[in-house]
Amino acid sequence: MKRVLMICAIITVLTTVGIVYVLFSESYTFFQTVPLSDFLTDTEWTPLFTDKHYGILPLLTGTLLTTAIAMCIAVPMGITIAIYLSEYAPKRVRSIVKPLLEILASIPTVVYGFFALTVVTPFLQQIIPDLSGFNALSAGLVMGIMIMPMVSSLSEDALYAVPKSLREGAYGMGSTRLQTSFRVILPAASSGIIVSVILAFARAVGETMIVAVAAGQQPILTGDPRSSVETITTYIVQVSSGDVQHGSLEYNTIFAAGITLFIFTFILNSVSFYIKKRFQEKYD
Amino acid sequence: MEKLSIKDKKLEAINLNVYYGEKKVLKDVNIAIKANTVTAFIGPSGCGKSTFLRTFNRMNDYVEGFRKEGDIIIDGKDIYQKMVRVEDLRKKVGMVFQKPNPFPKSIFENVAYGLKIQGINNKQLIEDTVEKSLKQSALWEEVKDDLKKSALSLSGGQQQRLCIARALALEPSILLMDEPASALDPISTSKIEDLIWELKEKYTIVIVTHNMQQAGRISDNTAFFYMGDLVEYDETKKIFTNPEKERTQNYITGRFG
Repeated sequence: MKRVLMICAIITVLTTVGIVYVLFSESYTFFQTVPLSDFLTDTEWTPLFTDKHYGILPLLTGTLLTTAIAMCIAVPMGITIAIYLSEYAPKRVRSIVKPLLEILASIPTVVYGFFALTVVTPFLQQIIPDLSGFNALSAGLVMGIMIMPMVSSLSEDALYAVPKSLREGAYGMGSTRLQTSFRVILPAASSGIIVSVILAFARAVGETMIVAVAAGQQPILTGDPRSSVETITTYIVQVSSGDVQHGSLEYNTIFAAGITLFIFTFILNSVSFYIKKRFQEKYD
Repeated sequence: MEKLSIKDKKLEAINLNVYYGEKKVLKDVNIAIKANTVTAFIGPSGCGKSTFLRTFNRMNDYVEGFRKEGDIIIDGKDIYQKMVRVEDLRKKVGMVFQKPNPFPKSIFENVAYGLKIQGINNKQLIEDTVEKSLKQSALWEEVKDDLKKSALSLSGGQQQRLCIARALALEPSILLMDEPASALDPISTSKIEDLIWELKEKYTIVIVTHNMQQAGRISDNTAFFYMGDLVEYDETKKIFTNPEKERTQNYITGRFG
């Protein structure tokens, strides 16, 4: 039995190592043809056209734009909900609302994508007339709704874990509930909340289906949320499901894109891990 | 024990019953506490002494199922009346808790907190109050060069004196202490006890303690609680040498509890 468990553990580790290895070796091939400086500074990404350019910036800005929009929704809403649930809501409300929020997280992301494309975009087009059919805004907004439970749930855990004695201390000095929540509890839970935000950020950066369905497939270097953008993930889907020949340079671009994404989320996860470790047991 | 005239009564409970849900935790308690005295509440665990202490600043309001009958009067006013803002009450009735609970902020910010939440921004006033409060709680000399340091870096005893300073910064007239030294070492404990003795000049202090010697050392009057009843309330000297009730006698001499 012990051996079975160990083999399972080893398989997991080997798979991870394998993925990282493939990512690195395939993108190594890519970078032998395309210099890293071009990859990082060229402002066009057109590997599938005749006039080939290999600049990751349009994909990166597309990713960061949709992610930024998502964060603008998810962070304020998520933290507000967390404060409400942890500091204000009666026990009964908390026990109903919290699982409901977590159900939001279990909706398949392709459904969110559909929702963005067929409901949110037409609605937004009534307000913003020159909004394109595929656009960063509605994809970002819906992605914000999708990662919001992640922020609220993890933040709520962090707030709820703040010792009761701190609340009593604050109330005992004549703080109102609002003052207690924002001046004492929130700062005390800040490390947990930052971790939840970073994890949500990483999730948004790596999210594929919503942006593939609703944000479009045009790698344009733009900060305009009304425009159609392509994210790193969307590009990878587009190439791997298309008819690009395996082993060609065009095909290898997805590994270069993939490794960019990997480095990004790896750093984010490491930061959140560090913060968690560093500030965790402050009250024990 | 002398009978208090109306103007001498700082704190008073009249026919107080307290319930948590169905359970009655305080039974018809009557007590009158004189200004500028130290009153100790003693009794075995679960006797209701902490609950009673917390009715004076309405900290029980958040406890689920809390209900009370009877009145708590402070400075002649019923503090459970609708028109009383509980936040204002707690500024007047400071509290120090069993476990030191400094906020995760700097030493300075901890003491300044009470002023800041009232919207006071006068820097000079805040600085002066912080210094004065830390001096009153006998912590100033130890921390005056590290005011920006995190309060959590202090020792347990220092943290507790910081919590006292934090409460004093609001210039309350009453200080409630819920076993303030139970989590501390003997040296810190004796510092806190000395402090209580000095603070008496300015404040009316009510302290819950499990430690019989402590009650004997620092209090003017002692109230003995048992199973929600106020069994006996008298001068500390009398309670400890010649109590009227047998139950008090048994508890004092350590026969139960």
